[in-house]
Amino acid sequence: MMNKPNIEIVSLTKKFGSFKALDNLDLQIEGTKCVGFLGPNGAGKTTALKLLTDMIFPTKGECFINGISVQKERKLALADAGLLIESPEIYPSLTPYEGLEMVADLRGVPPREIKDRISEVLAEVKMESWADKKIGEFSKGMKQRINIAASLVHDPDVVILDEPATGLDPRGMAEVREIVRKLKKRNRLIFMSSHILQEVTEVCDEVALINKGKLLFYDTLGNVIDKFSDGHSSVDVGFAEPVNEALINRGLSAISGVTSSEVLDPKRVRLRFKGGTETQKKLLEEIVGLHIGVVSFSEPSSTLEDIYMKQIERGD
Amino acid sequence: MTEITTGTETSKPATRLKVPSTAQQIPRLAHYQMRQYLQSRRFLALVVIVVAIGAIFSAVVAIYHSSFITSDSVSFYGGSWAGGVGVVIVLAAVFFGGDAIAGEFQNKTGYFLMSVPIRRATVYAGKFLAAFLTSVAIITIFFAIVLGNGIYYFGASAFPWQLFFSLPIVILYLLAVLGTTFLFSSLFKTSAYGFVLTIILFLFGFTILQDLVAILIKIEPWMVISYASGILSDLFSSPINWGLTATLGPVPAYDSPGIAEGVVIMLGYFILTAIAGLLLFEREEFK
Repeated sequence: MMNKPNIEIVSLTKKFGSFKALDNLDLQIEGTKCVGFLGPNGAGKTTALKLLTDMIFPTKGECFINGISVQKERKLALADAGLLIESPEIYPSLTPYEGLEMVADLRGVPPREIKDRISEVLAEVKMESWADKKIGEFSKGMKQRINIAASLVHDPDVVILDEPATGLDPRGMAEVREIVRKLKKRNRLIFMSSHILQEVTEVCDEVALINKGKLLFYDTLGNVIDKFSDGHSSVDVGFAEPVNEALINRGLSAISGVTSSEVLDPKRVRLRFKGGTETQKKLLEEIVGLHIGVVSFSEPSSTLEDIYMKQIERGD
Repeated sequence: MTEITTGTETSKPATRLKVPSTAQQIPRLAHYQMRQYLQSRRFLALVVIVVAIGAIFSAVVAIYHSSFITSDSVSFYGGSWAGGVGVVIVLAAVFFGGDAIAGEFQNKTGYFLMSVPIRRATVYAGKFLAAFLTSVAIITIFFAIVLGNGIYYFGASAFPWQLFFSLPIVILYLLAVLGTTFLFSSLFKTSAYGFVLTIILFLFGFTILQDLVAILIKIEPWMVISYASGILSDLFSSPINWGLTATLGPVPAYDSPGIAEGVVIMLGYFILTAIAGLLLFEREEFK
């Protein structure tokens, strides 16, 4: 029986001169899920990910991937990890196929499987028709897709992504979310830094927030929202047809626990309610029971955004 | 919205990929690095430069028939091969080693390469091997041009033994120059500094230093690599000093080291610069 994929960061401190970029960071992530790594610019996200992947060296502390020390056993620790750090450049004279072939070969993908694996990951990032063009001619977004493909070419257990949507257009961003969803379904552990809270809300199960090199919290998305939203939560409800005021006042706002409602557009209403995940579940059941053409029910990214802003401001 | 995953769509087999050993990764990395070099414009540019040098040399010999070159095969190969290969070595080392390490930082390609489970020493050795083999390819082109001229003027049976004896010395000199180039490349995070410093030092900096040491300090400039490279030409002169001590010129200058001494200096340069460059790269951070 294989152990669950895991990442462990122990008392990680990194100083650049007198500036302390990371201050005794401790974080333990285990299981197959997606963890969003949040924080403002300069909070220490990329520094932490670079330490986690041995791109830079810690002043103090250690990182482990699947129980193996990255600092002591780099090669072994990174063997089953897919990494995308800092939107790398790829050698411009190579084609995507050649670049991925190099990564796969150095990672030990059996030669007879390399071609198929490359075709699979290129299809996954929608770059199969560019496989034989020189990377030097690619846009930033296209290179980022190849970087994502490189992080997946060996089918890793642990995937560490540093701002994977950087440089991508809206369609590309949606495709990254889809890739992360697929990885989750395939029982992988994804640790992903991001500035895009919508993205985190949509694909992450848990979030870790850091600021000024310190971990502010790490918990499930649901618990974070329950804990930091003053007992209030929000959901966005979408309808097949435009809803009228009477339906909102007599139907939706009358549901037990709902404290206020806001019409976002004729087919979308945001409901604020007191309570956590359990109340949210009951709310969904009641709304569906009203038979009023509900087509979607989702946590708004603004909830996480509110929490994010409050926590960062508190830290400042 | 947090997606609820129900069950496993596909599970990964319990067998993990076995990452190749360091001994396997070095030639593999060198293979891909060489592929990059061979597909790059700089390789094409260097081929053109070497062919142009060879063409000009051939034309000059054909037109002027300089006696010191065409009098006998030893003088010919000494003047053309031993006299020219040093410049070709420096150019090749700069073209393929100048940004081998610095470029990984400057162009951010290091984040791509170092995301692979590979030791820094493996990256250094693999890149060194690639630069070495590509440089050998360039030197071979120059050798072929010289050889073509030699066969034309002296026939296919007039190869002096010095020509073959010079080949391992050429390889050793290439290793020493590449080692120094890689050291500079590890020292700076900007490729241009490595390029410029290597060119300046090898084309005239070391020669000036060599003279300054010999004339001003009045000691043998054994610590300067350009001094050691003199053994390439000395092989084709007579008498040959095979020893570990220098041939004294008009005091206080030193003509050149003995062949054995030159070999030791080149070997020393290669080993020391390779170790120093590697230690620097091991400590360099991808900030």
